[in-house]
Amino acid sequence: MKKTDILEKYPPRMENVLLLLHDLQNNSRMNYLSEKDLSLVAHHLNTTLSSIYGVASYYSMFSLTPRGAHIIRICRSPVCHCAGVNDVFNELTRILKLDVGATTPDRLFTLETTECLGQCDLAPAMTIDNVVYGKLTATSIATIIAQYRAQFRKKSASQGD
Amino acid sequence: MITEYNIALRNVGKINPASIQDYMDRGGYEALKKALQIPSEKVVHDITLSGLRGRGGAGFSTGLKKKYTSQASCVLLECMRYIVCNADEGEPGTFKDRIIMEGDPHLLIEGMVIAAYGVGAERGYIYIRGEYHQSITMIRNALVHAHAHGFLGNNILGSGFSLDIEIKLGAGSYLCGEELTLLESLEGKRGYPRIKPPFPAESGLFGKPTLINNVETLSHIPAIMINGARWYRQLGTETSPGTKIFTISGDVQNPGYVEVEMGVSLSDLIYRVAGGMKDGKPFKAALLGGAAGTFVPESLLDVSMDFDALKEKGAVLGSGAVIVMSNDQSILTMLDSILRFFEHESCGKCVPCRVGTKQLVDLLEKLKGADDKRSDHIDALVYQSELMAKTALCPLGQSPVLAINSAVRYFRDELETTQISQSRCR
Repeated sequence: MKKTDILEKYPPRMENVLLLLHDLQNNSRMNYLSEKDLSLVAHHLNTTLSSIYGVASYYSMFSLTPRGAHIIRICRSPVCHCAGVNDVFNELTRILKLDVGATTPDRLFTLETTECLGQCDLAPAMTIDNVVYGKLTATSIATIIAQYRAQFRKKSASQGD
Repeated sequence: MITEYNIALRNVGKINPASIQDYMDRGGYEALKKALQIPSEKVVHDITLSGLRGRGGAGFSTGLKKKYTSQASCVLLECMRYIVCNADEGEPGTFKDRIIMEGDPHLLIEGMVIAAYGVGAERGYIYIRGEYHQSITMIRNALVHAHAHGFLGNNILGSGFSLDIEIKLGAGSYLCGEELTLLESLEGKRGYPRIKPPFPAESGLFGKPTLINNVETLSHIPAIMINGARWYRQLGTETSPGTKIFTISGDVQNPGYVEVEMGVSLSDLIYRVAGGMKDGKPFKAALLGGAAGTFVPESLLDVSMDFDALKEKGAVLGSGAVIVMSNDQSILTMLDSILRFFEHESCGKCVPCRVGTKQLVDLLEKLKGADDKRSDHIDALVYQSELMAKTALCPLGQSPVLAINSAVRYFRDELETTQISQSRCR
């Protein structure tokens, strides 16, 4: 979708800023909001770049730096914590060779932590983009990551044909 | 016997939530038709009579909120009022609103239209947390269908009453679940809390009278309209009438959710609803109400789960989260997780919370590593959290004291002796 089309979906009122930022970020191949995006929003809402930056930088779901194709959000809240999320988390950082907030060199994954995802009956839980994964173990996490990687290889191979 | 009720969970799991026809086949939107035929004051009066209290955590009378909002004087020529549904569910251990939105989105919308009619609101917003993708999809779809069937929009069902509802999304801030902060976020600002008063009923969204209710609260309204206030009052306890959805997680056999009468005992929730302790391990504590909640020990297993009985015991019902801990778990590490949560979610607007949440984490870190003077560190934690509760601007800074005080009251011995490395959760 063209950025101008996204902007035009919303009347130019400040109350629409979060929806605009969500849409622009979802539309970005690298899952982030560029300075250009923020300027476009500021212009559309007839306000300053700094005020849009102020909003975008406050909310943890927005990123102002490029991220990977898939965003992993692993829950570190009390319930998942007690269900042993640390073991899962350690395995995840080991497999991906990543620290929190970092992106894999192939730009496939960005690893983030999050507070409660509301999936406490499935603790420990995480999301990859819009998909929820629960009852995670060190083994299941490896399988899930492998699936995404296989999909990615298949896609790159077919694009190479 | 534990009787499950289906008021807020009336259709969850029984209908295709994407189908408005399914909802209508089970009596959906009949309550709205009934409500629109009686004067709006009567709607508010009935909800007040039912004794329904806010299910978001604070437990304020829903009817009174509506009465204040409907009576708020209008200084401007046009008398705009708003209704806002707080669907920014983020309290650890809580997922009741998600279950309703994913499983029965029209029930929420119907309750919201009735409430809006009661207070005379013409515009509504449902503020859903950004991570709840499925809820967002279901509500978005339901709004379109409700509109197409004339349950939303201009002149609803020929009554002369009009209401439009829009979805707004959060973006990862726990604090935005606090009602005044939610309004700031709805207006497109950083999620910083406002100073109370004025209350939203008087000056809320864009400075106009605004009714803010939680998803679960609004979902009780259709049943009250159909069956009457007296019927609702028969359920639950004298001061906390009706039913409540409890979300049970942690070391139980079957984590999940249930809708039962207010006043159910904690032990019934654990042993009858959730199938008992996981692997038969001994019960140590339950954290009620999530991170902004309180620990209760074994001696309180028989406590009545309602707003006032828990308050009497120095505990809170909160959002209905029940996080169960077995003997394997350490209070100290749970407290650590809670305090880090608040440190992460503090918005930084007021000094007591910005500095205080960090200090509490540091103090706990000291306590974890201390060989002696552990008692002094514990007293310092209590002192700091109480100071913060008295001086912080909003409920976030006023919350850590709940977990700290209850942990110290019931588990002081453990806090004075535990070695962190013994615990499973580090």
